Amino acid sequence: MHIVVCIKQVPDSAQIRVHPVTNTIMRQGVPTIINPYDLFALEAALKLRDLHGGKITVLTMGPPMAEESLRRALSFGADRAVLLTDRIFAGSDTLATSYALSEAIRKIGESFGPVDIVFTGKQTIDGDTAQVGPGIAKRLDLHQLTYVAAVQELDLKAGSIAVERRAEGGVQVLSTKLPCLITMLEGTNEIRRGSIEVALNAARAEIVTWSAAAAGIGNTAKCGLKGSPTVVKRVFAPKPRSEKAFQIDLSGLGPDAIAESAMAEIFKRLPSLEKELTQTLQG
Amino acid sequence: MTSKPAPQAAGGGRAGMRKELPEHFKAYKHVWVFVELERGAVHPVSWELMGEGRKLADKLGVQLAAIVLGGPGEAVRMAVSEAFAYGADLAYVAASPVLDGYRNESYTRCMTELVDTYKPEILLLGATTLGRDLAGSVATTLLTGLTADSTGLEVDADGSLAATRPTFGGSLLCTIYTLNFRPQMATVRPRVFSLPERQEGRGGPVIEHNFSLLEDDIVTKILQFIPDRESSKSNLAYADVVVAGGLGLGSAENYQHVRELANVLGAEWGGSRPLVQRGWIPADRQIGQTGKTIRPKLYIAAGISGAIQHRVGVEGADLILAINTDKNAPIFDFAHLGIVTDAVRLLPALAKAFRQRISPSTHTRMAM
Ligand SMILES: Cc1cc2nc3c(=O)[nH]c(=O)nc-3n(C[C@H](O)[C@H](O)[C@H](O)COP(=O)(O)OP(=O)(O)OC[C@H]3O[C@@H](n4cnc5c(N)ncnc54)[C@H](O)[C@@H]3O)c2cc1C
Repeated sequence: MHIVVCIKQVPDSAQIRVHPVTNTIMRQGVPTIINPYDLFALEAALKLRDLHGGKITVLTMGPPMAEESLRRALSFGADRAVLLTDRIFAGSDTLATSYALSEAIRKIGESFGPVDIVFTGKQTIDGDTAQVGPGIAKRLDLHQLTYVAAVQELDLKAGSIAVERRAEGGVQVLSTKLPCLITMLEGTNEIRRGSIEVALNAARAEIVTWSAAAAGIGNTAKCGLKGSPTVVKRVFAPKPRSEKAFQIDLSGLGPDAIAESAMAEIFKRLPSLEKELTQTLQG
Repeated sequence: MTSKPAPQAAGGGRAGMRKELPEHFKAYKHVWVFVELERGAVHPVSWELMGEGRKLADKLGVQLAAIVLGGPGEAVRMAVSEAFAYGADLAYVAASPVLDGYRNESYTRCMTELVDTYKPEILLLGATTLGRDLAGSVATTLLTGLTADSTGLEVDADGSLAATRPTFGGSLLCTIYTLNFRPQMATVRPRVFSLPERQEGRGGPVIEHNFSLLEDDIVTKILQFIPDRESSKSNLAYADVVVAGGLGLGSAENYQHVRELANVLGAEWGGSRPLVQRGWIPADRQIGQTGKTIRPKLYIAAGISGAIQHRVGVEGADLILAINTDKNAPIFDFAHLGIVTDAVRLLPALAKAFRQRISPSTHTRMAM
């Protein structure tokens, strides 16, 4: 069995600051992490390898420094890492990204053996679109399973898989054929700590590094800015509300008295609410 | 307030490269809203989009169409008549056994057939698990642009769709265009837009699409659907009153005061993301950018600092009451009412006050 896990190196957005004057993002010194959602995908892949054997290739598209994230993925137990890096990928939107990644996955299949399952996280924390996974599936004609909470059954001989998929209002149990693409739901597992030996190997491992040409991407017009139908025209900070919150006067009051004046203030501003609350509670 | 585009922004340099729309795309007209019908019910986000789609169509001087896919039977017909009540001018309908229950394969096929046949300029879908699954596949099949999780939709002077969405973890917003490709696609999260007024007695043409895909042609099968237990379902997004807690509460035990107040108010309860990460509340109770967007009449936030990721999920509330010990907490920048005090002491007092005021007779029942 051969699994490809797509990961992305992202800035730790908890630490991103916006310049108060220029409104631009201050990325300097912000540490990068593996997109947290991707770790659920990686662990799900590792669990399948525990049960069925096989190899896991992690793939990322990004700047050369994204190698760091790949090494980290290796230290959790992935077998091989591929870095797709080329300046022509800069400015890719989801359509261009799914093109580049799907071509790289094709090449991984040719170089290291046919791919049975592609895993991605549900979405990234910097782009937040959840569209790259479905894009890859479509381009490679893989059966698409998004928001997967658990893999129920994998039958490699029959080439079939059954999963639980989070849907609106419930869980769909779906069965399909391999090869497939799974986007993994968050909170469904916890990434393991690799052994010391694995970690040491990860530090020394050779990262397979491909330019667009090396990955066999012939059509550069489909890459990066040129290959992106969407364009970001304006970036701006959300408008602050014109006034600050009206502070309820607390001078010398205990909690009960504060609660009373808070309630009065609420009902003053939302006159219909009191009646509605009384009705729903007594009705 | 205008600001300079960030130099880091993808595509920032391409704004000037705008070319005229290729000839074959000029036939693309009208605004479409995908009506999300599952197990007999339409997701309310579809009607929220219908309201917004109506405004776009009016500005463009074009028609607003509802796209309704589903199994054979009453549900599709009912959804179509609802779509008219919420503002659609016409409806495209495909009813087929292979569309009974959402599957990516059949829905993607059917949607792309419809787009290729009838050529809309704008296609809007809800950013639900279904809508996001479908939109990504449809956009990739059509090789067009898609803006996910938009929070604002406008049409420009030249008639192109300007979709605004949070970017970089929610601290900034950006406006995105789809140049030179059609349709222009966008998804929008539930509750970002409000529900439009229903108008009874509206109707319009219904165009039936003959979808010929057979069950044997579809590889993926639905083995089972396990509905969520009613008790575990949160109705946060659509609640009239929401009470939420943050790290300022200090402990999972103290969080119980939030539930108690919610109980008294008949409200839904939720919290900031760190509470989910600590296991104090389940993930579907998270409010904010990566949780639920809410639009209640009243939102009470206790011990929540008001980080931007939280803010974008609650700004649609009519009235926000913030309780925080720090008078400089950012939440006071967007709350309407503020109380600088210890939430752990105030929450029980609020529960008591409301209980006495609104349900004196059910005192003991509500005090569970
Ligand atoms: C990609 C990304 C996505 C995110 N998505 C979300 C999201 O969807 N939703 C979300 O909420 N967060 C989200 N976050 C996290 C967000 O950035 C904040 O870290 C989080 O909202 C802070 O939670 P908090 O307000 O509970 O805690 P803190 O920021 O720690 O604030 C606690 C507050 O409680 C106050 N306080 C302390 N003691 C008391 C007391 N006794 N009584 C009253 N007040 C008290 C303090 O003054 C402080 O203001 C996201 C972050 C990232 C990076």
